[in-house]
Amino acid sequence: MSGLFLIEQALNGLQLGLMLFLLAAGLTLVFGVMDMINLAHGSLYMVGAFLAAWLAAASGSFLVGVLGAVVLTALFGMLLEASLLRTLYARDHLSQVLATFALILILNDGVKMIFGTDLPLSTPAALSGPVEILPGLMYSAWRLVLIGVGLAVALLLYLLVQKTRVGALVRAGASNREMTTAMGVDVGQLFTLVFGLGAALCAIAGSLLAPLLAVQVGMGENILILAFVVVVIGGIGSIRGALVGALLVGVVDTLGRTLLQQLLRDLLPLQWASAAGPALASISVYILMAVMLVLRPRGLFPVHA
Amino acid sequence: MRPQRIVAPVALVLVVVLALALPWGLQLAGADFYLSVASRIVVYAIAATSLNLLIGYGGMISLGHAAFFGVGAYSTAILLSEGVQSAGLHLLVVVVVTALVAGAIGAISLRTRGVYFIMITLAFAQMLFYLANSIKGYGGDEGLTVRTRSLLPFDLNLQHAPTFYFVALTVLALELVFLQRFVHSRFGRAVQAVRDDEVRAEALGLPTYACKLVVFVVAGILCAIAGGLSVNLQGYVSPNVLHWTQSGTLMVMVILGGVGRVWGGVLGAAALLLLQEVLAARTPYWEFWTGWALLAVVLFARHGLAGVPGSLAGMPALLAQWKKRLGAQR
Repeated sequence: MSGLFLIEQALNGLQLGLMLFLLAAGLTLVFGVMDMINLAHGSLYMVGAFLAAWLAAASGSFLVGVLGAVVLTALFGMLLEASLLRTLYARDHLSQVLATFALILILNDGVKMIFGTDLPLSTPAALSGPVEILPGLMYSAWRLVLIGVGLAVALLLYLLVQKTRVGALVRAGASNREMTTAMGVDVGQLFTLVFGLGAALCAIAGSLLAPLLAVQVGMGENILILAFVVVVIGGIGSIRGALVGALLVGVVDTLGRTLLQQLLRDLLPLQWASAAGPALASISVYILMAVMLVLRPRGLFPVHA
Repeated sequence: MRPQRIVAPVALVLVVVLALALPWGLQLAGADFYLSVASRIVVYAIAATSLNLLIGYGGMISLGHAAFFGVGAYSTAILLSEGVQSAGLHLLVVVVVTALVAGAIGAISLRTRGVYFIMITLAFAQMLFYLANSIKGYGGDEGLTVRTRSLLPFDLNLQHAPTFYFVALTVLALELVFLQRFVHSRFGRAVQAVRDDEVRAEALGLPTYACKLVVFVVAGILCAIAGGLSVNLQGYVSPNVLHWTQSGTLMVMVILGGVGRVWGGVLGAAALLLLQEVLAARTPYWEFWTGWALLAVVLFARHGLAGVPGSLAGMPALLAQWKKRLGAQR
């Protein structure tokens, strides 16, 4: 196990973490400010990826595909919020689960009707190969792009939330919605914007991850649960918590799939290691979340007092 | 006498007669195939009723209930594939294994509240899902097919479709009787008191944590029995039965049928599966239309299908109230 291998795995963990952050950022705000469980957040990720693949194929440019998908998905998210989700904020969690579960079914089949079950989207040719980032360490150029974009978006989001007036209103809404409304802020309108932003971030993650994973119906369901894990670990409603939680989940997942496997192979008989390894790798982040919930039930950065 | 007092027993007798006559009715109509649909509905009704016990009476919103369906299904399938066929032994193993698993998951999860409980039950279910994916010796992610079935006393053969249907129906009936008696029992009232106001229940001296844990384990065991039955129905189990969307589907059945109503799980399972059956025969996009139907329920039938007669009965009063309000505005 060399140092270069460790660096490579750390980069992979960082890349996964940043993409999870893009998904979790919108989710945590919806969850924190409106106390709403939105199972359909993963569907926005799917819609974004499909739009990007379709636009990229139609225009011949990856960049046009991504930008178009971001704008369209944001509009779609705002439309969804203003038409349906808004009526659910005052309802109990069970109704929210039922309604957003229904949305998953509708959007899955809706996408299938329009685009088919999957679409191809490959990396732009210039970025498809590996580059040498350190002597002897070749690393995928596309993953570097993901890390770069992820860091840039995280920074922009941090500035937006911490340094602007809109950001202050969002934070106020997250920590005490009634008081914010009483101070004369139209939380409803603010929230349509926040939802649109969350949808745009989903589209970024969906289109950037598309060349690594696959653009297919149902792609949102599994990653949604990881995003929820991130939100709960970070503290519901906290953007900072979402960032730390996402990086933690990214690193733990990646290490679980690599270092842990090697460790098991060294410690256990081969037969046991190959049986227990893959299960432990997938389970590691959920164990992290369960431990966190028992030790710090409100997450790393609790928002509500 | 209120009309409900007459309608309810008549409806009950009607449902029981219909359920018992179904295999012969289908045979007469030459639609034997639909008996397997009915059996599937009964199996899912057992599972949904167990989740209704947990959500509706225990107040514990679990998004990981499919895990116990999976534990029951895998325990049964593994025993069958190892050549153990005795149904009594299957039941014993399913009950013991699920009690241990649900006991451990419940003991940890019940330390959390509200959305955190939803999320931690989901996390545990995901762990079991990936575990099921990784047991290569028993099918791994491809699932496990079994050729034999649980051997019941009196030579009852579960591969015979009507026999399976009646066995499953008996289990469902026992579960409903149990639920009905539980609701009005001393323990059942204690559990509902904990659901309504945990602080007050604790102040009254009720062991709230223990109450909830017992309900969590019992609901898990009932769901696991449904899982064991499903293996006998389909001869197959795969990790998909533990996927979180399955937990979501069970929850949808409960909400659709009516949370905290004895017949809620049955109504929800029957409505959802029949809707799927009808739509799937007509369009490849049946999920699309199912989704719209569910949305309509959320928006317009707030207490689920079991609440619809009550809402209709309450209509005149509601209209009178509106009229009064309109009058007052003028």
